Amino acid sequence: MGNTETQGYSKEERVKMAKRTLRVMVAKPGLDGHDRGARVLARCFRDAGFEVIYTGCHQTPEQIAAAAVQEDVDLVGLSCLSGAHRYLFPAVVTALKERKAEDICVIGGGIIPEQDFKMLYDSGIKEIFTPGATLDGIVEWVRKNVMVRE
Amino acid sequence: MYFVKEVLEQSSETRKKWEDEVKRAVAKQADQKPEAHWSTVSSLPIKRLYTPEDIKDLDFANDLSAPGQFPFTRGNQATGYRGKYWTFRMFSGMGSAKTTNERWHMLLREGQTGLSTAFDYPTLMGYDTDSPKARGECGKCGVAIDTLDDFLQLVDGIPMDQVTTSMTINPPATVLWAMYCAAAEIKGIPLSKIGGTIQNDMLKEFIAQKTFMCPPEPSVKLVSDTVEFGTKYVPRWNTISISGYHIREAGSTAAQELAFTLRDGMEYVEDVLRRKQMDVDEFAPRLSFFFNAHIDFFEEIAKFRAARRIWARAMRDRYKAKDPRSWWMRFHTQTAGCSLTAQQPYNNVIRTATEALSAVLGGTQSLHTNSLDEVLCLPSDHAVQIALRTQQIIAEETGVANTIDPLAGSYFVESLTNEMERQAWEYIHKIDEMGGMVAAIEKGYPQMEIADAAYKYQRQIDAGEKIMIGINKYLTTEEVPIPLVEIDDEVEKQQIASLASVRRRRDGKAVKSALDNLKNACKKGENVMPFCIEAVKNMASVQEICDIYREAYGEYRDPGLF
Repeated sequence: MGNTETQGYSKEERVKMAKRTLRVMVAKPGLDGHDRGARVLARCFRDAGFEVIYTGCHQTPEQIAAAAVQEDVDLVGLSCLSGAHRYLFPAVVTALKERKAEDICVIGGGIIPEQDFKMLYDSGIKEIFTPGATLDGIVEWVRKNVMVRE
Repeated sequence: MYFVKEVLEQSSETRKKWEDEVKRAVAKQADQKPEAHWSTVSSLPIKRLYTPEDIKDLDFANDLSAPGQFPFTRGNQATGYRGKYWTFRMFSGMGSAKTTNERWHMLLREGQTGLSTAFDYPTLMGYDTDSPKARGECGKCGVAIDTLDDFLQLVDGIPMDQVTTSMTINPPATVLWAMYCAAAEIKGIPLSKIGGTIQNDMLKEFIAQKTFMCPPEPSVKLVSDTVEFGTKYVPRWNTISISGYHIREAGSTAAQELAFTLRDGMEYVEDVLRRKQMDVDEFAPRLSFFFNAHIDFFEEIAKFRAARRIWARAMRDRYKAKDPRSWWMRFHTQTAGCSLTAQQPYNNVIRTATEALSAVLGGTQSLHTNSLDEVLCLPSDHAVQIALRTQQIIAEETGVANTIDPLAGSYFVESLTNEMERQAWEYIHKIDEMGGMVAAIEKGYPQMEIADAAYKYQRQIDAGEKIMIGINKYLTTEEVPIPLVEIDDEVEKQQIASLASVRRRRDGKAVKSALDNLKNACKKGENVMPFCIEAVKNMASVQEICDIYREAYGEYRDPGLF
């Protein structure tokens, strides 16, 4: 691991990080079929060295939460371009809570107007990436903010 | 040979001189970017200069000819745009049927000449608004339609015998088309008088757009049913709009868009010929196409010209069609949503105008121009008006519609057209070898080709090898805010209430019997269309009908390839 990737972490955390690679899930909640961003990101996460699970389109929030728990992931990245994020993103956070997996970090991306950011952050979404975000920028955010779960 | 020997000799001589001069100039001051980076948005290398040698093998009669003549490279119509401009057809749908109907009337008042319907996701996927799977989606990216009751509101006051309507609908295409037919009948308009298009191209759903319901095989069977029904009873209807638009939006190159779309078209032709007792000339004239107009101006023009030529050759030589109308590739075009940026959104007007111009120079029959705000939300009235005006300015001010196929004979454009055709046939033959498009889709072949291209492009953007203004060059820190259209969550509540009301009012027994008849038709492999029309007339909902298809044919799940 390069210097920038371990910056800001305690020794203990770095040891933990080295135990296993980060497991990330890219998920498409709802009925939206715009999967270009999700698939590009899944491939980018794989190239970055993460273990990647991609759900494919048309998953309910409950299906996503169940799969995230079963696959023991550290991060769920949600992608929605249909405008239904206001319902779907918080519903995934709730479904994870119901499965006592609220420590799984949830981020979102897609066509998300800025006016919805606050509502999404308040619901437990940790970060939102919108058109124009770079792949490396997203990977960097994940490396800085997502820990391998206990 | 396209040129006489003397011209080629002179060209060769002058080209050599020019090359020497370029070498001298480049030695003094290098090009702005390396050789490999002078390429199209699809990464197709482009030469600094094209000369007669680049098209010396062009066969005038077989490759170019005249407009209205085989192979239609220069256009289907002998009269070009003088007879009729392309149809100004803005894709629209938002919230409830009533809201969308108001937008339609506004667009017609503003000079739009055809309608085009965007449905919301529950409708697109064959679910009713009250389905748990539909939560949060109602009216968000199109109009919500559950029953004929909604549909009648949608077409209220629309002269269905005069204006043609396109509907972007795929798995439930039979249902929404049945509603259109039923609505026409209720208004006293015979089916022979209505005109329009259903997208109804299921193959590209598996490849790119990802609104699917049943597996590929039965999905294509339903498509063939509509082709047969349309041929017999709704002769002015285009029963498939074979679409490259979504393939391109998913990240394909121009050549992949062209190749996969045309091979999809061939798959439908083959399926109808195999399944139905029909001659190719009976149905082929009603097959229509739909392409993307992306930002690379000349690549797109070449793509459109090549598309007409390939289809004409395929229909005449591969499928032995004899009617020249079967050889025509008629297509709608939409400017590229994926070329627009959320950053500095007013720049999108310029992108859209350039793309629209390429579609017109490529000879499109119908055009949608994206609104500047569509990268952020559904378009506002004002943004839509600018987009429509863009087409009207191109048509009536710029003079580009004065003459047909003005770029014909350009060394560059002809050479690029040939290259597009060559690359497309290469893909088509590869898919033939795989056993056709359904087989290729099952192998994940087109899906992965597109995924590779999309990933490569994103990496090029991130590395600054391809430029998107506002994304990786000429960034501004202060954005000028634009008003955003928002669909109120209240729409969902109202839609659920009105669906419940239809369910209470309708004759339950009649619905059940109509649905049972449809179920039987599915079992027996009969054409579903007449039964579908009967069901929607009895107020069966979109999902009630689609559930029958799901039960009869099974459900397809996204394999999640990346």
